[in-house]
Amino acid sequence: MVYMNIFDIFKKKNSGNVAKDRLKLLLVSDRANCSPEIMEQIKNDIINVIKKYMEIDCEGLDIQITQTESETENGSVPALIANIPIKEVRH
Amino acid sequence: MSEVIVVTSGKGGVGKTTTTANVGTGLAMLNKKVVLIDTDIGLRNLDLVMGLENRIVYNLVDVVEGNCRPKQAMIKDKRFSNLYLLPSAQTRDKTSVTPEQMKALTDELREEFDYILLDCPAGIEQGFQNAIAGADRALLVTTPEVSAIRDADRIIGLLEAGETKKRADLIVNRIRMDMVKKGDMMTMEDVQDILAIDLIGAVPDDENIVIATNQGEPLVGSNNLAGQAYMNICKRITGEDVPFLDLNGKSGFFSKISGLFKK
Repeated sequence: MVYMNIFDIFKKKNSGNVAKDRLKLLLVSDRANCSPEIMEQIKNDIINVIKKYMEIDCEGLDIQITQTESETENGSVPALIANIPIKEVRH
Repeated sequence: MSEVIVVTSGKGGVGKTTTTANVGTGLAMLNKKVVLIDTDIGLRNLDLVMGLENRIVYNLVDVVEGNCRPKQAMIKDKRFSNLYLLPSAQTRDKTSVTPEQMKALTDELREEFDYILLDCPAGIEQGFQNAIAGADRALLVTTPEVSAIRDADRIIGLLEAGETKKRADLIVNRIRMDMVKKGDMMTMEDVQDILAIDLIGAVPDDENIVIATNQGEPLVGSNNLAGQAYMNICKRITGEDVPFLDLNGKSGFFSKISGLFKK
């Protein structure tokens, strides 16, 4: 067990970096000014649009506002990332 | 050309009043004519940090309501004859003053002073709106903590959203180099990277600040790291290009020895 603990110390992420990473993510959604209610509405609207064309896993659908590297400007910009698992493509 | 500067933070207790007292006193040391205005109506404190609490006759609300002239309410500092304090009212609240009245007052004071420093209350409500109304630029004080940085980010948003966009410069306060070295505190570069505004000062967590505040004597310019850090901020405000201090500062026997080995 002692061996495990020593191993953990080397593996542990510094709390300063944890704070920085948490803040960077949080501030993106803070700045985008999107409440959980609005996010839920966006999610439902996306489901309704895509439903017309394919069968998707509504439970597994996940959307979030995060950062992405901009292609035109230098630095990162806020982006809406949606992960939508498809069950079957309709014809 | 005179400048109206608001010292703000969003979160309380990060060092706005201490910063206002030290930056104001430092600018006076640089031979600028300075007035400090405590805009935290109901929670008056800048007078205490400046050691001028026994000299108050009139206050900010008296001036705004026309009970006295600004000259009558301003207290001359006991150390520097070119430094004045306009204290806040202790028995009134934030709604006693409007942003329009504050703007009119700061514009009037521009005639006489090089720098007008406003100590802003915590929060983003009317007290904050009053304080920023007449300001040209802001000093945004934060500590390397998640809550203070999040609130600072909100303030940046509000300063940019107003009718007149205000430039904000960052002061990272209470940095503990022992914790930074261990990786357990964000560095001033980390904070600047997150908030993405210009850094104008980095002040170490220094017990001399507590001692100076106890005594009602700003420590700017004194021979310790915090005193030097504040003086550097003042010089940068006046446009001078000053390199950032090495906050590791302590050059004891052991650190000198280890320094030799690092080379």
